[in-house]
Amino acid sequence: MKVLMFGWEFPPHIAGGLGTACLGLTKGLSRQNVEVLFVMPKASGDEDQSAVKIIDASNVEADFHALEYENYLRNIQFLGIDSNLVPYLDPESFEYEVNEYLKGRNLKSTISYKNKYNFSGKYGVNLMEEVARYALVAASIARDQSFDVIHAHDWLTYAAGIAAKRVSGKPLVIHVHATEYDRSGENINQAVYDMERMGMMAADCVVTVSNLTRNIVISRYGISPQKVVTVHNAVDFQSYTDLNIEKSVREKVVTFLGRITFQKGPEYFIEAAAKVLKYCPNTRFVMAGNGDLMNRSIRRVAQLKIASRFHFTGFLRGQDVQKMFAHSDIYVMPSVSEPFGISPLEAMRSGVPTIISKQSGVAEVLQHAIKINFWDIDELANSIYGLLTYPAMAKVAGKYGLEEVNTLKWDNAAVKLKKIYKEVKNVEM
Amino acid sequence: MAKKTICLYFEVHQPVRLRKYQFFDIGKKHDYYDDFENRVSTQNMANSCYLPANRILLKLLKEYSTRFKVAFSIPGISLELFQKYAPEVIKSFQELAKTGCVEFVVQSYSHSLSEFIDEVEFKQQLVRNATLIKELFGQTPKTFRSTAMIYSDHIGELVAKMGYTTVLTEGAKQILGWKSPNFVYANAINPKLKLLLRNVDLCDDITLRFGNRAWDQWPLTSDKYAQWLATSVKDSDVVNLFFNYKVFGAYHKADTGIFAFWEHFPKAILSHPDIEFLTPTEATKKHLSVAPLNVPFPISWADEERDVTAWLGNEMQEEAFEDLYKVRDLVTQIDDPDLNQDFTYLQESDNLYYMCTKLFSTYGASKHHTPYSSPYEAFINYMNIVSDFLDRVDRKKEEVSSKKVAPKTVKAKATPKAVKAKTEPKAVKAKADTKAVKAKAASKVVKGR
Repeated sequence: MKVLMFGWEFPPHIAGGLGTACLGLTKGLSRQNVEVLFVMPKASGDEDQSAVKIIDASNVEADFHALEYENYLRNIQFLGIDSNLVPYLDPESFEYEVNEYLKGRNLKSTISYKNKYNFSGKYGVNLMEEVARYALVAASIARDQSFDVIHAHDWLTYAAGIAAKRVSGKPLVIHVHATEYDRSGENINQAVYDMERMGMMAADCVVTVSNLTRNIVISRYGISPQKVVTVHNAVDFQSYTDLNIEKSVREKVVTFLGRITFQKGPEYFIEAAAKVLKYCPNTRFVMAGNGDLMNRSIRRVAQLKIASRFHFTGFLRGQDVQKMFAHSDIYVMPSVSEPFGISPLEAMRSGVPTIISKQSGVAEVLQHAIKINFWDIDELANSIYGLLTYPAMAKVAGKYGLEEVNTLKWDNAAVKLKKIYKEVKNVEM
Repeated sequence: MAKKTICLYFEVHQPVRLRKYQFFDIGKKHDYYDDFENRVSTQNMANSCYLPANRILLKLLKEYSTRFKVAFSIPGISLELFQKYAPEVIKSFQELAKTGCVEFVVQSYSHSLSEFIDEVEFKQQLVRNATLIKELFGQTPKTFRSTAMIYSDHIGELVAKMGYTTVLTEGAKQILGWKSPNFVYANAINPKLKLLLRNVDLCDDITLRFGNRAWDQWPLTSDKYAQWLATSVKDSDVVNLFFNYKVFGAYHKADTGIFAFWEHFPKAILSHPDIEFLTPTEATKKHLSVAPLNVPFPISWADEERDVTAWLGNEMQEEAFEDLYKVRDLVTQIDDPDLNQDFTYLQESDNLYYMCTKLFSTYGASKHHTPYSSPYEAFINYMNIVSDFLDRVDRKKEEVSSKKVAPKTVKAKATPKAVKAKTEPKAVKAKADTKAVKAKAASKVVKGR
């Protein structure tokens, strides 16, 4: 079984979300003896238009065990396509970046999620054009390579997947990590929506990261439920080293960590904090991250007069994230809409009791996280209070939570995916 | 040859549900109970189970006069709920009692697990429940069963000392090994105490499988079941059929034919001439115990494990359990009616059961009916309430002690009386409690908050 996969990033430049998921999946698949031809955009910034370049595997740094390393690389071949495509990019910000570049403002890099991407702006002038150009290159790869199934991650690569399917006649699996509704609420970008729907319609199977996303795909995109399958994300802690950090503050610390945007529900965290602080003044609340609601959040905190107990750290990167967890006694993710949400798993891996919203995909796989409705500030405050006040609860949630996240393996996801590959392949024949 | 015995017993338990109680209610609101839910579920259960089932049993008891017998246990808190929301249920049990073929089995008043933490409270609970049974049904219980059929050598010894002669418990495999549950056994410490063990397979045939159409024995008729019983009891003495009363109409709805099954049950059994029905006390009088049964660790009828880890299996459950009983002595000392009442209700073991984490996969399934969406939610809610309760006990204590001190300086005369009034109930605590129960039962009021 060989899969042509349109994915994102590769070691050592793994950033968050999408990249981590692609890496985990391919690793899991290689252990299931599925060969993967991994194609990804690579914004190298140079002018080389040769389109396809095979990356020398020996240049790839990795930090997992040698045996698995070999196994992993034997089954996986990397292809890099020069392109500006970056995960989580929307047409507006793409245009902004291109304009900035053309104006010569020397804006060479952009931060998306946790990583830095080089951005050259020399390929397509707008995102849709770039997506189309990327698909063209994809088609030429599909013509030259042999494989059994095509697998495309997130909407920017759907067009590439469709093109590859047309050229090769092989079945297409698309993987929905997020939909336009998750990113933009109800104010969707029609062009993006159309592209997403086109991908879902053309696909032989649509894989979603949670049942929550599956329902959106079925109800909002009108896709037949039979071909939408949930494969929950997992988490890979093999390269995870435990930090030995002494907490610097005496008080209990309650943490929000994520982009400070509408989607993540920062305001609910602030309102709940104010309620809890009335009863537990010896507590500190931390909001780690950056985003368009940051200033509004700071103003609200000042308005509620809790600023001496409520701290903003700004954007955290790399090990700082793990350090933040080590300093935390409670982790809260009050997301309004979260297709999956990997960070509660990281918190639980650090033994931190976790409160998550029921509106997150990860709530479907976790039992030892406390689940609340994102809008229910009273319930959120009540849960924080419980964890702060009754030590047995934090103990049980921390202990069983750690046990639980360690059972969430990419291997399970890979087994499911392999089954899906087999099914679409057989139907096609 | 002596006749073989069928011992039929039903557990009646209507839990007192707590309301959603958030931390900002602590110190402000002292109403802990979900009155709406308690009323609705008590009345629903009365209409779908207790009343129709009692009607059938009454008809059968009259029809077969002394040839058909059953036993019940009902915790005091459930009787209080019936008195408040469905008094006709009490009446129908009274009618059953009048037939003289019904034995009432004692258990803890609160459906609690007090035997594991406070033996004084445990005994008190049995006394209270026995008193209420005497009051309502005119019998003094001789047989004991604990919440969820929990039993151990030590618990057996305790209740034997209190004068109980028979205990109903589980025919747990880890205790029986190769032995059959169909005999009378004795407590390992005090052989005078007799044990009746539930026949798990035959009970599960009804409790778990009766309405299951995929079961190869479906449909289960009374005649077929009677045949199984006859086979089971052939080379032994007694088959103990212990059920939750909810098998009537709740676990299996009326349309499964469960009521018709019970209606024909005595006839089907009695068609075997060598089988008779006896109450637990009669059964242990008739059949000699064949051996002492060692039960060093507590057993119950819950889960696959048949132990008490569903209630006391994780740190949350232990903390919640211990926190409440910490103030037991204070509460009895203060002897405030409101505090006594809340202390009684908060002991309800279901509250601990909702915090169980080991059955997470089946959590929320109909089998484990819980009002909470997770054990953590259950724990927070219960602990918020307990926090408020402990706070009230503390404040009441200060109030009482300041009252004791204050009059000394102002009114010297009043002091001895006040002290006397305070100490009197302590000295004859048991009596006072009994009186309180009587008063409560008479006024038929649970709590008018």
